[in-house]
Amino acid sequence: MSERFRIAIVGSGPGGISAAARAAERGESHVLLEAEPHLSNTIFRYQKGKFVMDEPGILPLRSPVPFKAGSREAILDAWNESAARLKINVRHNHEVSAIRRRDDGLFQLDCANGARFEAQFVVLGIGLQGNIRKLGTPGEDLPFVQYQLDDPDEYEGETIVVVGAGDAAIENAIALAKQNNVVIINRRDEFARAKKGNETAILKAIEDGLIECYYNAAPERVDALSVGRKKGRMVLSTPNGKAQLLIDRVIARLGATAPRGFVEACGVVFPSKDPAAVPAISPQYESNVKGLYIVGALGGYPLIKQAMNQGYEVIEYIRGERVEPADEPLLKAKLGGMPGFRGVDEALARIQKNVRVLSHITPLQLREFMLDSDLRTPRPGETVFARNDYTNSFYSIVDGEVHIALDDAGQQHITLRRGEFFGEMGLISGRRRSATVKAGAGCVLIETPRRSMNRLINSVAAVKREIDEVFILRAIQSRFAPEASAEQLKEMVAGATLQKFAAGDVLFSEGEIGDCLHLVRVGSLTISRTIGGKDVVLSYVPAGNYVGEMALLGESRRSATARASIATETVRLDGDSFKKLVNRMPVLKLRLQAEYRQRAASNLAMQALPSGGDIIQFLLAQGAGEATDILLIDESLCVRCDNCEKACAETHGGTSRLDREAGPTYASVHVPTSCRHCEHPHCMKDCPPDALRRAPNGEVYIADNCIGCGNCERNCPYGVIHMASKPPKKPGLLSWLLLGLGPGPGEAPYDPKKSKKEPKEKKAVKCDMCKDEKGGPACVRACPTGAAIRISPEEFPAYAQSRR
Amino acid sequence: MNARHESILNHARSRWLWFSLALSLTCLIAYAWHSPSVPPNGGTWLGYTLGTIAGLLILWLMLFGLRKRSYSGSSSLRGWLSAHIYLGTTLILIALLHAGFQVGWNLHTFFLILMLLVIFSGFFGVYCYLRYPTLMTRNRDSATRSAMLEEIAELDQNALALADGIDPKVHSIVLRSIQNTRLGGGVLTQLRARDDSDAALAGIRAALEAREKNNQAAGGAKSGQTIFAMVDFLASGTNDRQAEALRKLIDLLSRKKALASKVARDIQYQALMEIWLYFHVPLSFATVAGLIAHVVSVFFYW
Repeated sequence: MSERFRIAIVGSGPGGISAAARAAERGESHVLLEAEPHLSNTIFRYQKGKFVMDEPGILPLRSPVPFKAGSREAILDAWNESAARLKINVRHNHEVSAIRRRDDGLFQLDCANGARFEAQFVVLGIGLQGNIRKLGTPGEDLPFVQYQLDDPDEYEGETIVVVGAGDAAIENAIALAKQNNVVIINRRDEFARAKKGNETAILKAIEDGLIECYYNAAPERVDALSVGRKKGRMVLSTPNGKAQLLIDRVIARLGATAPRGFVEACGVVFPSKDPAAVPAISPQYESNVKGLYIVGALGGYPLIKQAMNQGYEVIEYIRGERVEPADEPLLKAKLGGMPGFRGVDEALARIQKNVRVLSHITPLQLREFMLDSDLRTPRPGETVFARNDYTNSFYSIVDGEVHIALDDAGQQHITLRRGEFFGEMGLISGRRRSATVKAGAGCVLIETPRRSMNRLINSVAAVKREIDEVFILRAIQSRFAPEASAEQLKEMVAGATLQKFAAGDVLFSEGEIGDCLHLVRVGSLTISRTIGGKDVVLSYVPAGNYVGEMALLGESRRSATARASIATETVRLDGDSFKKLVNRMPVLKLRLQAEYRQRAASNLAMQALPSGGDIIQFLLAQGAGEATDILLIDESLCVRCDNCEKACAETHGGTSRLDREAGPTYASVHVPTSCRHCEHPHCMKDCPPDALRRAPNGEVYIADNCIGCGNCERNCPYGVIHMASKPPKKPGLLSWLLLGLGPGPGEAPYDPKKSKKEPKEKKAVKCDMCKDEKGGPACVRACPTGAAIRISPEEFPAYAQSRR
Repeated sequence: MNARHESILNHARSRWLWFSLALSLTCLIAYAWHSPSVPPNGGTWLGYTLGTIAGLLILWLMLFGLRKRSYSGSSSLRGWLSAHIYLGTTLILIALLHAGFQVGWNLHTFFLILMLLVIFSGFFGVYCYLRYPTLMTRNRDSATRSAMLEEIAELDQNALALADGIDPKVHSIVLRSIQNTRLGGGVLTQLRARDDSDAALAGIRAALEAREKNNQAAGGAKSGQTIFAMVDFLASGTNDRQAEALRKLIDLLSRKKALASKVARDIQYQALMEIWLYFHVPLSFATVAGLIAHVVSVFFYW
């Protein structure tokens, strides 16, 4: 027996609840299906009192359900209240397991609990969190079996079984073991899935007897007990037979099933295998399955407000109403400056017609793309960006032309015209701009930030292909033969391939016969030679440079080994076509030889230093190879006064972004826990409001629109980002010195415990290299003994030579 | 920015050393060339000039405390410290020239002595800053102090658990040792770098030796008084489980002892690098008071 509705909404997150509310308001026949016994599970699972922000501030909210920045509780209360007031037809505990479009045009939704629904339209708002994996055994839903842990200190003196071997399970088990008797159950014989630190910690806890571990074991069932002191019993199958545990609580941390499989099973097509890819949807949020709509994070809109607006709009679209999208005024403001602007749709169509890379994407993707991007109309002669800037946005030319300077004087230049693009080198390599670009006549540009461009490249294969082709041609041209035309380089470009190397992979080894050269596109390499049976690092090759040309020009064997110091991509150029090019262009040969002589000289200098290479190797082992600027402390000069940390806190609202003491040391060179401003910052990977930016001088910083989600903190492999709230203001120097009011300069601000009741707005903080201080990084300036310096990896060889 | 580490003494190619030398030389030449009718003293025009220079220098040197605490601005603190050291040293010469090398039992000489105390405590500071950082790094051996303390706490727990299974006497020795382990504390304790983990080790060794004697009595005479011989004896297989546990306990306590002395040494170095400031700074304020008294008395009572 199945129930029939006009609209079925799956998932009661921000998008789903907003859609259901709008449907209820409009009197549509609808049902809201939610797997959990409460609404909005993702937000429900935030920690207690978490402050939720409402970025982007400029976007107006359009929904019958209220939403403004505040604590998790306030938001959930408001939503529950609206759901009751508007009489949303919500069905809890209905996890949809399959959606099928029947031949009669109706969708059939089957739930895990056996219920079945029919609907004309389906709105999918299930987000990206996925469904929590349950135990999969009898008793998995008993009240003392739980799938999350808010506060480990809540439990005391209990016997708790933790099931799972991932990071969450390990962290829970260790935190619980302080006050409880903890047993961890691992289906396998090791904890290989976990982070290194967690693995060491759990193995140690097991060895110390703090936690009992069952390896190769799996729960068979959980029973509730009515007699005895323990609430329940778990039966385990172990390699030695069955085991029985009397327990108070089970905490299963088995991860979640990614929603992609489910969505694909509904018939929705994803454009690529990339995990970041989102399904293509129409401007009305309809997927390739007619009648199936996708809103929110699943469709590529990770912010709460966006999802809520879409929920509202999707109901209007289903009803056949035309709604001006909420972003229309924003786009109008953005595109209004375009010469001959008539309307947003017309302007978007013009952009898509003129710019070939953008012709591959859907209108909705273009809207989103344009919301992130900026339209720029520089005057002729104005500099768009300068050589050695650290910006990494991508430019498409809608109209007019730009000039790319080839030399410093700006005498020689290449002209790019309508439909072409530039800025891809900085985008791909994550390094400084390789040339200065000036605007020409009638110039209309679209400037797109790195994240939006990368998302586009990852979700539309045609865009990636086109950009890669142009990249190879331009890389060859700018590095070797600015004089040569595209025609002359055709053979070489055709033979060029992109190659990927993992950290530590060898590109070529000493003594091999060389048949190619590599242009580093992403990442960096080290050049080393075996001297006295030991690998000695001689130099560091950052992106934008080439290696391996000498084996092609003179000697036929490789004189040194090239190794990727981090994940690296190179353009591999074929040896024969390169030789031909060199023979045709004597200038090139002279230039290459001059560069070679310089390299050989510095390599020799490094070889003469017994320990020089070791320091480079140590720094690269700390991940310095992907850094652009790293803080080093000479421990033979450092008097441990912590003035660097104090200066950092003082110049950054009271929170230090660096931990001097932590971090490894080699030969007195200490790498403290502090941001290295990576070429491809890990922190930028998954920032919902795109708050992580790179300033023109290379500083990676967090903008004010941070929503405090903590993704960057988790993604940073160097642990240099943390979440902090603003500490109270300090008194001025004189009132501290003379009157003793409050903490003095460099002293820790008083414990802000007084106002603990109210949830404090916590945002991510990290080093911004003091980009707003005119004197440069405060940590370096405040070091009284000169122990702290900041250097870039290019300076490593010189630095190593200075320390003998 | 410079891509290498420079110490405070050779900051910017020892710019402030050369400046200070030039200043000293100028003052010396002026002093030698100047031939007043009276013996050189603070009352001649050169005396007043040198006195003014010295007084201003003192005020400028005092400003270092403020500069250290103001974190914006564009100059480097290292340059300031370098200048502070060299110009502070020059102050000795200028002050002596100003006084014409006259001393006596009066307020002015007292002020001179105060100033010299400040400067010499500063010299000790420079010595500490140059010497102890390297020693500290070597002593720590890439561990942080909190990591070492954590390990000590853990060793204590393990030792206690082990001792529990041996006998109550050993347990009480270990417990007492844990209670007696004090790292850090008052100024003197910090500077002396002592920890009290020896007592327990001695106690356990005594227990082992007693056991060995018993065993020897039972199993015939065996030579060897030292702990090493005893370990051999233990390893020979005639021991019981308790002896095995005792041996483990010795290992644990030795490891703890090594760590505890490391931490104590770490604290000592840190204390040495800070203690001199507790003299240098208050004395420098006293010097400023002395300066005021000196100037006032000269102009009102001379």
